[in-house]
Amino acid sequence: MAVYRLSTPISEKTVRKLRVNDIIYLTGTIVTARDAAHKRALHLHEEGKQLPVNLDGLAVFHCGPLVKKEDGRWRVVAAGPTTSSRMDLFEDEFIKNFKVRVVVGKGGLGKKTADAMKQYGAVYGAFTGGAAVLAAKAIKHVKGVEWRDLGMPEAMWIMEVEDLGPLTVAIDTHGNNVFETIQTRVDDKKQQIYRKLCIQ
Amino acid sequence: MVTEKAVEDVAVKLLQLAVTELPQDVKDALSRAYRKEDNPVGKAQLKAILDNVELAEKTCAPMCQDTGVIIFYVKAGSRVQGLDKVEEALRKATARATKEIPLRPNAVNPFTQKNTGNNTGRFIPYIHWQIMPGNTLEITVMPKGGGSENVSALAMLSPSQGINGLKKFVVDSVIKAGAKPCPPTVLGVAVGGGAEIAMELAKQALLRPLNQPNADPELAKLEKELCEAVNLTGIGPMGLGGKTTVLDVKVDYAYRHPASYPVAVVVQCWAARRASARISSDGKVEYLTNKVA
Repeated sequence: MAVYRLSTPISEKTVRKLRVNDIIYLTGTIVTARDAAHKRALHLHEEGKQLPVNLDGLAVFHCGPLVKKEDGRWRVVAAGPTTSSRMDLFEDEFIKNFKVRVVVGKGGLGKKTADAMKQYGAVYGAFTGGAAVLAAKAIKHVKGVEWRDLGMPEAMWIMEVEDLGPLTVAIDTHGNNVFETIQTRVDDKKQQIYRKLCIQ
Repeated sequence: MVTEKAVEDVAVKLLQLAVTELPQDVKDALSRAYRKEDNPVGKAQLKAILDNVELAEKTCAPMCQDTGVIIFYVKAGSRVQGLDKVEEALRKATARATKEIPLRPNAVNPFTQKNTGNNTGRFIPYIHWQIMPGNTLEITVMPKGGGSENVSALAMLSPSQGINGLKKFVVDSVIKAGAKPCPPTVLGVAVGGGAEIAMELAKQALLRPLNQPNADPELAKLEKELCEAVNLTGIGPMGLGGKTTVLDVKVDYAYRHPASYPVAVVVQCWAARRASARISSDGKVEYLTNKVA
C-alpha cells in the first residue's frame, strides 16, 4: 500500500506503476462527468468535434457537485463521488478516446472498463462516497463549467484540486479489480449465510 | 393556529439540520463501526466518513453533495388550525432551502429531463400525512439520496416462501447492492400490505433511531439476526471490505392478502439523514433530533 502524490497531466508510465490498494492524492485539473456528460462527450467525438477541454492526462470525477455562485464566482460547497457503475456503459470508450489517466468515483466499475484501463493505461481511484466536504476542501477553484444545459449535477465542471484524496486504487493496469475480488468472496460466503439463517 | 410562515421557517431549519448534522444515534453507530473495524481499507473509509461528518457540522455545509429527494412526514394534530397551508409552506421551504443552504437541485421531469432547479415538481417534495389527536404539528424531513434508493427492492413472494423467503431476499438484496449504496447502510424492511404499503413502511422504518430496537421482541430478534447475517458478507465500508456492511436493520409489517407476501427493502446510505420538530399551537417550536441553540 504505497502512497503517491500525482500531479496532472499524468503520464501513462506513471499510472502503470500503481497497484490496487495504493493510495493517491491528486493535484491539478479534474473534470466532473456523469451519465449525460459522458454521452455528450462521446457523441461529439463521434462527430469529429473537439471537447471543450483536452482530457489527455487528466482525471475524470464521477461527481455531481453542489456549487454556489458568490460574487460572480463559483464555489464548490460539496462534491463527493457518485455511483460509478452508471458510467460503466461508456467508460471504456471514454478512456480510449480521451486518454484520462485516473477515474475517480465510488462503488467500482466492471470488467469492460477494467480491460480498457489495462489496455490504454488508467486506474480507478475510489473516493469515500458521500465524503463531500472533504472533497470540497481539496477543490481550490472552479476553472470553468461546460454544458450547463444538463443541469448542475450533470454539467461538466473543470476544477483545480490540491491533494484530493485519499483515493484508493481499486482497479489498476495489471488486471486487478478490488471490487470484483470482494464480490467473488461475498458470493462464496452466500451459502454460509443462508445456512446460518436456516434457509437454502 | 400554525401560520404558513412559521411552518416554512421551521422546515427550512429542519432541512439545514438534516443535511449538515447527523442525528446522534447515527454518529454513535458510525463511531462504533470504526472502533470495531480491523480491515485497514474499510477502517480508512470509516475514518473519512467520520472526518467528513465532523467537518460538515463545523462548517455548516451539507455532508454529502447528494442532498436527496425531499420527503416530509407530517403528524398533524386534528385540532391544529391552518393545516390547508402546510403543503404550500413545505414546498416554499424546499425551494428556499435549495437556495439558502444550498441543496443540490434534484427534481427532474422524467419525460423532458429538465431539472426545475429548486427541488420542487409534481409530487416533490413528497408529503406523508398522519392525522393525530391534539393540537401540535410534528414535521420530519428525510432527504433521501439516489445511490441508496437505486438498490431498494421489492419482491412479491409466494406466501409459502414466508419468513425464510424474506430473509433470503434481504441477504440477496444486500449482496446485489454491493458497494453501490455507500455502505455502511441502514436497511428498512417491511412485509405485507401490498406492493406500495410494504415499500412505504420500509422507508418509514428508517425514521426509527438506530439505538432503538423494535418494540416487538420477536421483530427485534429478527432485526438483529438479519443485521448479523448481512454483515457476514464482508462487503464492508464503501464495498472495499470489512466488518460493517449495515449499521442496523429496521423491520415493520402490515397484514397481508392470503395470496400475497410482499417484501420491501429500502436502503439508506451512511448519511442516514433525518430531522424533526414539533410546533405547538402557541407557536413554540421544539427540535426533536438536534440540539438547536
